[in-house]
Amino acid sequence: MTTAITDGWTMTRRNMLHVVRAPEELILYFSLPIMFVLVFGYVFGSGMQVAGGGNYREFLLPGVFVMTMLYGLGATATGVALDLSRGVVDRFRSMPMARSALMTGRSAADLLRALLEMSTLLVCGLLVGWQWRLGVGKALLAVGLLLLLRVAITWVGIYLALLVRNPDTVGVIVFPAAFPLTAISNVFVSPELMPSVIGAISEWNPLSATVAAIRELFGNPGLGGDSWPAEHAMLLAVLWPVLLIAIFAPLAVRRYRRLSR
Amino acid sequence: MTTFDVVAEGLGKRYGPTRALDTFHLAVPAGTVYGLLGPNGAGKTTAVRILTTLLRFDSGTASVAGYDVLRQPDEVRARIGLTGQYAAVDETLSGRQNLELFGRLFRLGRGAARRRADELLERFGLSEAANRSAGEYSGGMRRRLDLAASLIRTPRVLFLDEPTTGLDPRSRNQVWDLVRGLVTDGTTVLLTTQYLEEADQLANRISVIDAGRVVAEGTPDELKSMTGGDRIEVVVRDPAALTRAAGVVAPICGVEPAVDPEIRRLSVPVADRVAGLVDVVRALDDAGIAVEDIGLRRATLDEAFLYLTGHRPDETGEPVGAGRKAGVA
Ligand SMILES: Nc1ncnc2c1ncn2[C@@H]1O[C@H](COP(=O)(O)OP(=O)(O)OP(=O)(O)O)[C@@H](O)[C@H]1O
Ligand SMILES: [Mg+2]
Repeated sequence: MTTAITDGWTMTRRNMLHVVRAPEELILYFSLPIMFVLVFGYVFGSGMQVAGGGNYREFLLPGVFVMTMLYGLGATATGVALDLSRGVVDRFRSMPMARSALMTGRSAADLLRALLEMSTLLVCGLLVGWQWRLGVGKALLAVGLLLLLRVAITWVGIYLALLVRNPDTVGVIVFPAAFPLTAISNVFVSPELMPSVIGAISEWNPLSATVAAIRELFGNPGLGGDSWPAEHAMLLAVLWPVLLIAIFAPLAVRRYRRLSR
Repeated sequence: MTTFDVVAEGLGKRYGPTRALDTFHLAVPAGTVYGLLGPNGAGKTTAVRILTTLLRFDSGTASVAGYDVLRQPDEVRARIGLTGQYAAVDETLSGRQNLELFGRLFRLGRGAARRRADELLERFGLSEAANRSAGEYSGGMRRRLDLAASLIRTPRVLFLDEPTTGLDPRSRNQVWDLVRGLVTDGTTVLLTTQYLEEADQLANRISVIDAGRVVAEGTPDELKSMTGGDRIEVVVRDPAALTRAAGVVAPICGVEPAVDPEIRRLSVPVADRVAGLVDVVRALDDAGIAVEDIGLRRATLDEAFLYLTGHRPDETGEPVGAGRKAGVA
């Protein structure tokens, strides 16, 4: 058990060193959400409506926070796939280290990264007029929900990488899949304003749960209508990620064991 | 009693229809260098990956350093070092960071990991490149870093899968010296190679494998003698005299010589090198056959290999003639 923790920490430090040694990737992941804030907030924003009224940029920012967490999927999956393709995992697997360390180390390092990204984004948000209105406590709770989502996404990413293995293929899968996932959600537009079927899908999108919950906690406009998922956003924002972790963590572990086949 | 540090009995491993290993046997005495020799696709890497716990097998048993590979993989991992066919290092990290990382994962303290990294960088001539990303290293440098990583804690059994492929002659000699040094200090080395010279130089014993099976096993000398040992080779001046020369030589050596008219050469195995040579020279002289060249040639491992597997070690494809025989083991 203690070896699992020390090895996990060693692997976390290793992954953080990657960020330090190759910061280009980090810049990509920072620039993406900032671009979305600018494009949607300023270019399209003037034509955008918020259901129930309110400032669009203030509505948008929580969505962008969640979107940033989602795009972390690309970073996680590419990182794991790169490890696998370069054979360094063979060395890890032939050493007397904790089996879990590769995955827990990845998960922890990506969480730290997410914390870094979140802090930057919060500052950017404040600069474009977004704010938290209900106190620091609830704001921190919202950040907690975002990080929980990020952990769930990490495990999806680890599993995906173990499934696909090839880092290029990972990129080809993740980015085209991520955009519709944010488009058919409440990130940019309130589901009430969408055609009914798409609106319903958007309501049930796991991303929407976290977005709705943090809008509520930050006191931002655009609280959903009276559908069940909209009314239970807080519950779903916890349940969805927990469910995803419960499914994908064991799948990833099983897949990792099967590397020896 | 000899203890064996690596034992494999009847190992089988399939990839779909391909039998990568087929009732593969191996017994490596502790404290020796053991060579696995075989053409491309023979199953060398498969054997190494199974023995280092990286790959499951379908049948048979295997143990390393006295521990069962399947049931006690952690005990095995704690006692082995591995340099695979392709360098397994972190390409983003620097050479030093790689060695420190692996040192930490081998449970060295922070200071100890750093000192060990410096030592190994120095020993493998990587001190100057220590802070550069391993991804920027040349193939040879990466190989050396990989080797260094497998020696962080002096392993009881070291597995080297084609450790000198892609190294220049100087680096190759360094690796050979290193292996000799490790064995002196009590490490057992299992090495696969395409270079017969390497096996000849380093290995105490060799297994020749082909299509997943051991086709011969023995010391390098035993393997060489399987092809018939020493030979006398005679090149005659006049092509027409070749058949006559063969007739003269045959009764002396007791075997019909092999003749190659194209190069006017005959070649015959000989039991007593010197006496045989003297007799042949005298008989040819008595028969008035003009000889351009005559000499004794020791069989090479290369010939043994060709004889055993039907192809040269560095080529794939179908066997070319030469008889296939079960080993001397
Ligand atoms: N992952 C795999 N999937 C399918 N077939 C494989 C796989 N790995 C190896 N093989 C097959 O198993 C056989 C043995 O391969 P192996 O890599 O062990 O050979 P080798 O002796 O190391 O060859 P080389 O000298 O080229 O490194 C080959 O026929 C190869 O094609
Ligand atoms: Mg190989």
